[in-house]
Amino acid sequence: KPFAFSCLWNALRMKAGPSRTNRPDNTAFTQQRLPAWQPILSAGIVIPGFTLIGLAFIGVGVALFVTSQKITDLEIDYTGVAATSPCFKCTSFAAENCMCQMEFTLTTLFEGPVFFYYGLTSYYQNFRTYGVSKDGYQLSGDTYYFNNPQDSCAPYQYDSNNNPIVPCGSIANSMFSDTFQLYQVVNGMKKQIPLDGKGIAWWTDYNIKYSNPALVNGSFADAFSGTVKPVNWSKPVYELDPTDQANNGFLNQNFLVWMRQAALPKFQKLYGRIAEGDYAQGLPAGNYTLLINYSYPVISFGGTKKVVLSNVSWMGGKNQFLGIAYLVIGSLCIVMAMVMLIIYAKYKFTDDDEDM
Amino acid sequence: MSWITPIPTARCHGADEPTRTVVSNLPYEDQRPRNQPNRRYAGNAVKTNKYTLWSFLPINLCEQFRRLANIYFVGIAALNFIPEVNAFQPQVALIPICVILTLTAIKDAWEDFRRYQSDRELNGTPCLVYSRSQHGFVERRWKDIQVGDFVQVLANDIIPADILLLHASDPNGVCHMETANLDGETNLKQRRVVSSFCAVKSPFDPLSFNATVICEKPNNNLNHFKGFLEKDQIKIGFGIESLLLRGCTVRNTAAASGIVVYAGHDTKSMLNNNRPRCKRSRVERKMNKEVLCCVFLLFCMCLIGAVGHVIWLKTFSSVPIYFIPDSDGNETPSVVAGVYRFLTMIILLQVIIPISLYLSIELVKMGQVFFITQDIDLYDKEKDTRMQCRALNITEDLGQIQYVFSDKTGTLTENKMVFRRCTIMGTEYPHTENAVRLAILAGDADVEEHVLYQQNTRPPLFSLEEAHDLEVGGHVRSSALPMDRHRHRDSTAGIPSLAFSSPLEREVIPDQNLLRSVKEVERRGVAGHWGLQGATHLEFFLALAICNTVVVSTETAQRQRVRGPHNSSRSRGLLPECMEGLFAQFPCLRQLSSCLKSVSCRRHSLSEDPVQSTLYDIPTSSSSVVSEDEVQGTPCKGHTRRRQTWTASSLAGPKEVHYEAQSPDEAALVHAAKAYGFTLLERTPSHVSVRLPSGTTLTYEVLDVLTFDSVRSRMSIIVRHPHTKEIILYTKGADSGIMERLQNSFEDRSQMKSESRVIANKTQKHLDMYANDGLRTLCFTRKVVSEKNYYDWLVLRQGAMAAIDRKDELVRKTAADMETNLTLLGATGIEDRLQENVPETIQALREAGIQVCVLTGDKLETAVNIAYSCKLLDQQDLVFTFNTENTEVCKNMLSGTLAQLPLYDTQEAKVSVGLVIDGRTLGLLLDSDLQEGFVQLCTHCRAILCCRTTPLQKSRVVTLLRSKLGVMTLAIGDGANDVNMIQAADVGVGISGQEGMQAVMASDFAISRFKHLKKLLLVHGHWCYNRLANMIIYFFYKNVAYVNLLFWYQFFCGFSGTAMIDYWFMIFFNLFFTSAPPIMFGIMDREVSAAVLLQLPELYRRGQHEGGYRRSTFWIAIADAFYQSLVCFFVPYWTYKGSDIDIFTLGTPMNTASLFTIIFHLAIEIKSWTVVHWVIMVGSVVVYFVVTLAFCAMCVSCNPPSDPYWTMQEQMSDPMFYLVCILTTVVALLPRYTLHALRGTLVPSDHLRARQIDNMPPHHRDLWLQEWKKLKDLCASYPSLSSSTAQRYSTAQSPSLTPVQDPSPSLAQSPSLTLVQDPSPSLAQSPSLTLVQDPSPALAQSPSLTLVQDPSPSLAQSPSLTLVQDPSPSLAQSPSLTAVQDPSPSLAQSLNPKLAPNQGLNSAAL
Repeated sequence: KPFAFSCLWNALRMKAGPSRTNRPDNTAFTQQRLPAWQPILSAGIVIPGFTLIGLAFIGVGVALFVTSQKITDLEIDYTGVAATSPCFKCTSFAAENCMCQMEFTLTTLFEGPVFFYYGLTSYYQNFRTYGVSKDGYQLSGDTYYFNNPQDSCAPYQYDSNNNPIVPCGSIANSMFSDTFQLYQVVNGMKKQIPLDGKGIAWWTDYNIKYSNPALVNGSFADAFSGTVKPVNWSKPVYELDPTDQANNGFLNQNFLVWMRQAALPKFQKLYGRIAEGDYAQGLPAGNYTLLINYSYPVISFGGTKKVVLSNVSWMGGKNQFLGIAYLVIGSLCIVMAMVMLIIYAKYKFTDDDEDM
Repeated sequence: MSWITPIPTARCHGADEPTRTVVSNLPYEDQRPRNQPNRRYAGNAVKTNKYTLWSFLPINLCEQFRRLANIYFVGIAALNFIPEVNAFQPQVALIPICVILTLTAIKDAWEDFRRYQSDRELNGTPCLVYSRSQHGFVERRWKDIQVGDFVQVLANDIIPADILLLHASDPNGVCHMETANLDGETNLKQRRVVSSFCAVKSPFDPLSFNATVICEKPNNNLNHFKGFLEKDQIKIGFGIESLLLRGCTVRNTAAASGIVVYAGHDTKSMLNNNRPRCKRSRVERKMNKEVLCCVFLLFCMCLIGAVGHVIWLKTFSSVPIYFIPDSDGNETPSVVAGVYRFLTMIILLQVIIPISLYLSIELVKMGQVFFITQDIDLYDKEKDTRMQCRALNITEDLGQIQYVFSDKTGTLTENKMVFRRCTIMGTEYPHTENAVRLAILAGDADVEEHVLYQQNTRPPLFSLEEAHDLEVGGHVRSSALPMDRHRHRDSTAGIPSLAFSSPLEREVIPDQNLLRSVKEVERRGVAGHWGLQGATHLEFFLALAICNTVVVSTETAQRQRVRGPHNSSRSRGLLPECMEGLFAQFPCLRQLSSCLKSVSCRRHSLSEDPVQSTLYDIPTSSSSVVSEDEVQGTPCKGHTRRRQTWTASSLAGPKEVHYEAQSPDEAALVHAAKAYGFTLLERTPSHVSVRLPSGTTLTYEVLDVLTFDSVRSRMSIIVRHPHTKEIILYTKGADSGIMERLQNSFEDRSQMKSESRVIANKTQKHLDMYANDGLRTLCFTRKVVSEKNYYDWLVLRQGAMAAIDRKDELVRKTAADMETNLTLLGATGIEDRLQENVPETIQALREAGIQVCVLTGDKLETAVNIAYSCKLLDQQDLVFTFNTENTEVCKNMLSGTLAQLPLYDTQEAKVSVGLVIDGRTLGLLLDSDLQEGFVQLCTHCRAILCCRTTPLQKSRVVTLLRSKLGVMTLAIGDGANDVNMIQAADVGVGISGQEGMQAVMASDFAISRFKHLKKLLLVHGHWCYNRLANMIIYFFYKNVAYVNLLFWYQFFCGFSGTAMIDYWFMIFFNLFFTSAPPIMFGIMDREVSAAVLLQLPELYRRGQHEGGYRRSTFWIAIADAFYQSLVCFFVPYWTYKGSDIDIFTLGTPMNTASLFTIIFHLAIEIKSWTVVHWVIMVGSVVVYFVVTLAFCAMCVSCNPPSDPYWTMQEQMSDPMFYLVCILTTVVALLPRYTLHALRGTLVPSDHLRARQIDNMPPHHRDLWLQEWKKLKDLCASYPSLSSSTAQRYSTAQSPSLTPVQDPSPSLAQSPSLTLVQDPSPSLAQSPSLTLVQDPSPALAQSPSLTLVQDPSPSLAQSPSLTLVQDPSPSLAQSPSLTAVQDPSPSLAQSLNPKLAPNQGLNSAAL
């Protein structure tokens, strides 16, 4: 027999009954007579399809477009390339602990909840070797990897004294270090707006993927003994947020947000939410001051830094594309339906002619 | 042991020596192996398994790495281990190659294990080997046998090795052997003890054997073997007739012994045991080029990546913070980085080269083969065989066939030879009664088949097995065996397969006139002393009975079928055995045997007949004698008239004889002789006995048999007459091989000779008539050889037989020397009926645009006649006949014909042209200088008929057309003479017929009837081709579409080789999510149903012109893939651009949208949706979501660097995800969908029309198809209704169209030139008719010229009619010329010369 399947087939058949005839089974399957639906695409048949899709798309498109229109966002570039920029002073290498201040004015209420993002451009977090450079086991709190970081972290695996770096790797090392404070200027007085930095990371990152090591001798810092901070960091990981142990160490929300690599070189990351107190309804019209602790260098690779204030809807941040795309494609489908109708009518006509 | 002659060991080895030397092992039995003289020859243990337990891994891996694809895989995986280059985790990248290697290894291991098991079984089979110590044959196992051992084989045992027969229990030294295991031939073959070696001395004593056997090296020729025994300087030659072949079964012989000459892998059967052929199909060859395109594409993409990376690096003035320096802190130079990225990109984009495509194609072909073999329409009920696919990987070639080369005998015809007529001494005996009987039988066969079918479900009333059982068991079993019905039917059907003994062939009703004259002659003379006048009649029948190689077996020696290890396991006919058994027990019934046999196949329909009930009663009332009339009364209605004859013949002898012939012709002739009372009773190598009508038995001593070969095309037997002691040579053969060897009658002027000349002429006339009736002709001659001449000749003959070099040639020459000066006795005409539905099949193939060539060994006239009756040549065809031996003439004919052809071709439609070529002319045309012209001519011909071809010529024609035209060829045949052709063609089809299995063994596909070819090509070929072509295109598309997603992403990650889709998902994507649909698509999709495909053969043409798989189709698919991947990438990209989305969350909608696009793309392509389609398509999507969700939930940090953890869940909780996926899918598929819709309306292809027909309700569809067919026929016959289909025919008929303006004069010189414009079949029968359209004067000079424009059948009957359409004056002067333009029947009869060059012909014809 030509192949194994048929052998098996025959074996089974022989088992089934003693009548050993070579006659193939006369079943719909083996004779390829299974009942079949045989659609034939033609102009006449696709008209309803095109119409339906077109109408549905236009509907969705309108909804998306309207929703997107409602979303407001405000971008404040503070890279400081231009000499006129308040942050220009911080771009020089000499500047240490440089603070700069950006002013902006809202003419209407910025509806809440307002999300506070920082954005970077030309920043390739998706660069392959960069993305690889972390140690997932270390970040999950496995102390073995504290002392023996994985090779993927190289060259941010050990420092020059051969001490293991925690958290190791390039991603952690390059963590965004600017900090922001937002003030509303009320009667010449600066009133700080609370930026809620909690719950900005993925729930699964915070609760499952990342975890801190167990305390050693009741001390969180001791758990990291024998390790050193990343080269670029000013303070060790266990001091990221000394005020709140739940936001400290690997579970620091800003750290978690940073560790989730952006997909594209132009990206923004959530810094905090304005959802408390007086500003729960949004930012009222008025003057605002953004105080920036400028420390993260981007000019060297031609990047920019910005702060984005945005409110979100069910479809996320402001994005006109999808709504417009739906509208365009929906209209295209309607047009196609009409074209098909014309073709169909013409074809039908000639077909009838032929039948005569 | 002083008597041992030490054999120089140097003779044993030496691979360069052309011979093998074997001596007895017995003297060395106790010695150590290294002293054994035959130690260098292979033992009998066979090992077909490739691996052992330990060597499996290394050897298998080695074998697998021979495949380029695997090396590619490993290379990619290895590349991944270079840290600078790797795209993925090195370990992860090993997964695909490991999976593929493991799967292949498991498959190989299993196959090998099965081989090992069968080997072990075979090697352990017991056999008898002579042992010196025990002084007798002892039981050993097959694997213990060594070359040089003496082995004894008992009756019905399987022969363990190739054994030179030295002794047989039969007193004549004959052993019968059945070679069914080897070549499927069921007839017995005679083997005899090496001549004059053992004077029949019994028992055989191997110890006294002290000769040396010298024979040829092991080879795989089953029909050839030569060597000699050397003993005391005397050489005794032997050939294949003394060799028992491994794997065959000994029959009719109690025991046979001999010395083993070849063992194990050296045996002929093992050397013939080829693995299934591995052919590359055309689609696959083409596909390989497309794969190269993909390689090029990959190269380009990688280059873009590398250059892009370098440029990107250059944009940075200083090192960005996210760059990773080397371990030593340095940055890699950008050019080096570019090279690294190039390699990384290869790893990343490797899938674009569809390695898994090869695996998928294998799977698809497995599925296709499964469905082909399962087709019940290709199942042959009679033989219980289904279609076999022996080559597994060329199924789609069946859909692209452009030329079919077919054998005639046994392929187009039944190869059931029936004696029809004979001519003796110039007197023709038409055997009209016999013809009537055959007509009745043929008619009955159809009825019977129908009834059989109807009664299938009814419980059996009677079955012969039952009767047999009852009789053997000696008591009545009342319960009917429930399963009998099936076997029963099969056993009925089994009769024809058993050595040509269907009643159709067995029984001949003698011609009354002939019978009378035979009786008279016999009455006049005593046996052996007939007068000269009547003697020829008797001699003729003696020649019929003697001059053959038919083996007689009697019921007592009835063989018992044993199923051996290599058995091809066909169900055998049980009927003859049980019948014989039954008759043996009830002698009174024997006389009924022939009658019963003839009705036995009809017994189902007659189950309520008295015979049946009577027979049923037999066992219970065994003493009662059933009256003849009672039994024969009803069942043999219509045959009662003939009862007398049958009874006479069967009563005459003491026992029923049973003939085993190697060819059906021989059986037919022996049966014919028997019908006239000349019964062949016994045949041994030394003598042959014939019973004469008078009852006396003549036993001739057989001096020699000059066996048949296709070069001489005749065979002879030399016998000594028992009474006169004359040495007589009987020769039979084709007239071409005989007529030239008659007594020099044309030179001698004496009265006597001139009489024989008259006879020869008359006979030739009769032969031509037979041939025109489509009968196969054989001439019989006799010659008395003087003692001296014989012995002189014998010396030469023996010398030739003992020769090793050029033996065949020498033997043939000596045979030819003897076969001279023959005296013609007469000739026979044997009918070989067309198989059922052959004309329809050929018609359908022609409509499908396939050029059909028939290559046959028959006479030109026979072949032409068959060609017309099987519609190979059509009435409207313009037929050119090439029949010349002269190279120059041939050349001129060729150039003349070629010059003519463009005239037809330049017309709007093509005239269909037929070509008839004689074998000798074919030989000339195949010469290198005429090849080109011949090939060119063939391209213009719709049908080609080659007659009198040799097997080699057949294959040369195939090879020539195949190589010169680059067309896809199929060769179909049933016999050993077709093997060359079958192997030369792209697709070889074997018909498992009457002539054994050799053709099947060599073929790629084996069918049992020619008509099956129609469904095989038009339906399965068409399906397989379209399915595979679509599948391959889709596969390319799929890979490009998916991989390009990753490529587009490179533009946004600095060409660094990052994948935004987790590597596991990429593996899963190819392995689980999108692998099953294309495979299902390749196995099950059905564009047009079988019924419509069979009705509209025109649909086949698309495959011939590669309509399903074009380069353009490929590039369109690739372009579509690029478009779709762009959509799948950029819609999500623009949606999420600038947002806080992370890398794998962006990859998720891309991956999902891509999956939907790929699946729905296939959904658009799928032509018919069955349950399986739905399950697999929906299943794939479901599996995607289930697996992705599960993987995303389970893998927290198991897969660094990528961590898709919870991304899918996150996305699926976001409404945007769905909106993005829907939009992407719709946009991606919109162009293709629209295109399909537009194409379906604006430019519907034939296939689309066919699908519309398919979608009609069944009765509507049938009606439509009928109408359509009618219309087509109408168009064909009425040119006025010219539609596109009809045009071709109309032009062929219109007289104004067909001026053969200038046939070159040289053309005319060819004596038997035939140019037919519009021949009707009856016209073709008129022997020397020649037709020309517009003859030139020179043409007119040709002596026997005949010209016809549009002859009516009646016209054709007038023997010397000549018709011209537009005669030139000079033509009119030609004396014997008659020209008619507008023939009416009356006109034809009057034979009035009438020149009417008007054009009213068409109206007349209509």
